[in-house]
Amino acid sequence: MNIHLVDRRLNPKGKSLPNRQRFIRLAKQAIKDAVVRSIRERSLGDVESKEVVSIPMKRIAEPRLRHASHGGDRDQVMPGNKEFVRGDTLPKPKSGEGEKGSEGAPDGDGEDEFRFTISAEEYLDVLFEELELPDLAKAQLKDTAVLRYHRAGHSSSGSPSNLSLVRTMRHSLARRICLGRPKPADLAALDAEIAELEAKDQRDPEIKIRLEELLTARRQLHAKSRRVAYIDPVDLRYNRFETTPQPSAKAVMFCLMDVSGSMTESMKDLAKRFFLLLHLFLSRQYEHVDIVFIRHTSEAKEVDEDTFFNSRETGGTVVSSALAEMRRIVDARYPVDDWNIYAAQASDGDNYASDSQTCRQLLATDILPICQYFAYVEVYDPRQEEMFLSSLNVSELWKDYEAVRRPNFAMKRVFNKGDVFPVLHQLFAKTRKAA
Amino acid sequence: MSALLFETGEWNFDTLKRTYDAIEEIAVGEMGLDPYPNQIELISSEQMLDAYSSSGMPIFYHHWSFGKRFARDEAMYRKGYSGLAYEIVINSNPCISYIMEENTMTMQTLVMAHAAFGHNHFFKNNYLFKEQTDASGILDYLNFAKSYILRCEERHGISAVERILDAAHALMDQGVNRYGRKSRPSLAEERARAEARQKHASDQYNDLWRTLPTAVARPAGPGRIDTPRGAPQLPEENLLYFLEKFSPQLRDWERELLRIVRNIAQYFFPQRQTKVMNEGCATWVHYKIMNRLYDLGKISEGSMLEFLTSHTAVVFQPDFDDPRYSGMNPYALGFEMMCDIERIAANPTEEDRRYLPEIAGCGDALGALKDAWANYRDDSFIAQFLSPHLMRKMRLFKLENHAAENHYKIAAIHDERGYTEVRRALAAQYDPGSRDPNIQVTGAALAEDRRLQLTQQLHNDVPLDEREAKAVLGFIADLWGFDVELRGLGADAQLAFSYEIAGPRRGALAAA
Repeated sequence: MNIHLVDRRLNPKGKSLPNRQRFIRLAKQAIKDAVVRSIRERSLGDVESKEVVSIPMKRIAEPRLRHASHGGDRDQVMPGNKEFVRGDTLPKPKSGEGEKGSEGAPDGDGEDEFRFTISAEEYLDVLFEELELPDLAKAQLKDTAVLRYHRAGHSSSGSPSNLSLVRTMRHSLARRICLGRPKPADLAALDAEIAELEAKDQRDPEIKIRLEELLTARRQLHAKSRRVAYIDPVDLRYNRFETTPQPSAKAVMFCLMDVSGSMTESMKDLAKRFFLLLHLFLSRQYEHVDIVFIRHTSEAKEVDEDTFFNSRETGGTVVSSALAEMRRIVDARYPVDDWNIYAAQASDGDNYASDSQTCRQLLATDILPICQYFAYVEVYDPRQEEMFLSSLNVSELWKDYEAVRRPNFAMKRVFNKGDVFPVLHQLFAKTRKAA
Repeated sequence: MSALLFETGEWNFDTLKRTYDAIEEIAVGEMGLDPYPNQIELISSEQMLDAYSSSGMPIFYHHWSFGKRFARDEAMYRKGYSGLAYEIVINSNPCISYIMEENTMTMQTLVMAHAAFGHNHFFKNNYLFKEQTDASGILDYLNFAKSYILRCEERHGISAVERILDAAHALMDQGVNRYGRKSRPSLAEERARAEARQKHASDQYNDLWRTLPTAVARPAGPGRIDTPRGAPQLPEENLLYFLEKFSPQLRDWERELLRIVRNIAQYFFPQRQTKVMNEGCATWVHYKIMNRLYDLGKISEGSMLEFLTSHTAVVFQPDFDDPRYSGMNPYALGFEMMCDIERIAANPTEEDRRYLPEIAGCGDALGALKDAWANYRDDSFIAQFLSPHLMRKMRLFKLENHAAENHYKIAAIHDERGYTEVRRALAAQYDPGSRDPNIQVTGAALAEDRRLQLTQQLHNDVPLDEREAKAVLGFIADLWGFDVELRGLGADAQLAFSYEIAGPRRGALAAA
């Protein structure tokens, strides 16, 4: 009997992946609830890490016809008797005490939960599942469209750098076998035999004749080797690539934020969460997402991310300056034809008295026509929630923006962390257009 | 040169091969074991987790419940709550054993002896496995099952397939034939038979037959049953078989899915009935082989100590009042019983001669063990071979827990009056007849309202888990397509309970 040792360690991993996908599909609703719940509690840097979700056992139960854990007459044999003798009796634990615990909830109301970890990828899938980008149709195929290379089989001509070794050698081997090219081993054997004979007495006629034969055979084999090349030009195969034009997969996201003194830390935190989610969402749709941070007090400036969120400035508030700056940057760096442009503005709604009018005009004439989408989020301190919750009590800026009615413009108010995701969800929900 | 097979914990393919040969020499050459040819596959811990989730089989169809199991096992493993098995062995021909790459060489030696010879010999020789499983065909069958189910998913959608598989899985325990049947002809035999039949038909061919009038088809009428198999034979205990053959509303591919689940359940059924024996056999075999290797100077004292540590951990049986106690450890009981048989065969006491006259002092311990491994399953094995000596050693006692009384009673202990009773009770604990609820199809009004009646014979008044039973009944109603009733009959055939589900819930699952 012979043992057969197989090394399977290099086999592809994730054999169980289809099972997992089916499981997640089944538990989707539960997972979604858990994910939305978790987004409220997550800290900022954490949006892309794994998530432990627990889902009620009931949804994923696998019932069987089996005996209940209690009831009836049961005998049991157990090991380790110490002092019992036949006929001893032991009181049963009172029901409702120890026994009940292991039984689980009797009618399924129990919080029996199944906990498991979903990967960051799965987490985001669920998170953004029902969102879609508005007006994706922007970047049409144009003359300047990006060309992308992709594999398209093999060809018999090409540049040496694309030589497909495996294919080439396969053809070469097939041809060598067909045409009967002598193997190096055969030649070596022949050489060895000749050497052996040459070492012997040359006068023996038998040896002489044999030697002659072998030498002729060797000459023939060598001739054949030369005729049938090891690698012939007909063997050569090259990887072939084709180019196809791709729609532009580039997007730029403008983050506009008011950093005047009236914005508190918690309001900025809300704004940051919103921008972060938006960025995550965009980067799943586009290969390349640029982010431009523009902050403004009474004048607007493009800054880096750190400054954007962390440094503080004082000053008045002129919102229109940010819009003007955005337009300037678009003109300078992001040709409208090549880029999908998104903008999100966060502000507490305070504005210099006469500026809101200007904002509205800028928005309507300069910004919205070039944007795929513009979202305005008004952030509030949680403590202001009661005061501003009513839709009557709104800021100046809100009033003026409300007058702008375009399909690619939307506005929402955010009061606390828990609102951020639902707001994003409402802004980008697939049903938005229908509603 | 040292005679040691290996000196460090590191292993490579050479040492594995060399060690395997040494083990084989002992197992086959000296002990005369008779295993299938071995195929040993090295896998990583991640692959071990993968294998866990699909019942240890290398190929398996996809289903969400395996994904759930994987998620749970992975979480447990990552957090360190549970380790992974050292090996998984498959009842197939050749016998495939998976061993983990992170085992030390000593552990690899142990698991090769345990799985590739112990379990392997048991699979090949035990009567249950011989009768009920097809070791050479199982991998091909699983391959077929997997691709068939994939095709169904493509064709009918994942939800539709899941609906059937969920229901079938719920009935897996009731989807087996408990008694062996005549062995089925192999494909080659089947083909030969078909050819013979055809040859006979063509030999007997006579054109005149064509001119004879054929029988007039019987008109359909009341009482006529329209199933591919004619009227069902009732009662029928294999619920999956019954539903596959007689459900009035299943489509062909759905029946095939039930059949696949049923065949797989049947394949695993012997393993459920021989847990103690199978592990006992493998543990005893590895123990013997390791000791023999040590005696021959082929493994070092260090390795031997490492082996003993892990061996004692495996055969540890906590007492009933120990917080670690969670029932009988099949490894412990099995190993103790094998060692006990060995002792009785070699040095029996007077008592042994009284209780086990057939093997006491027969001198051929291996012969006695091989006979036991071949011809028993857990309950009969315990009933036959559990000796008073071992009952005293493990200090076994029988605890009676009757629902009507408010206290437990010690019914028997390890003394002269109690041996037989303890032994009988322990054997009954492993009897599949008392462990699985006994549920049979007792009525199917195929010609009338098509109401399906299932009856459970209660064993010692132990009830069913009501919540789960009702859920499963819903599944049965889905498969059957009409009302389903489950009655429980206690002693004296009096009705203990009765659940009813009206009609199927088509699409109910898909919506959930």
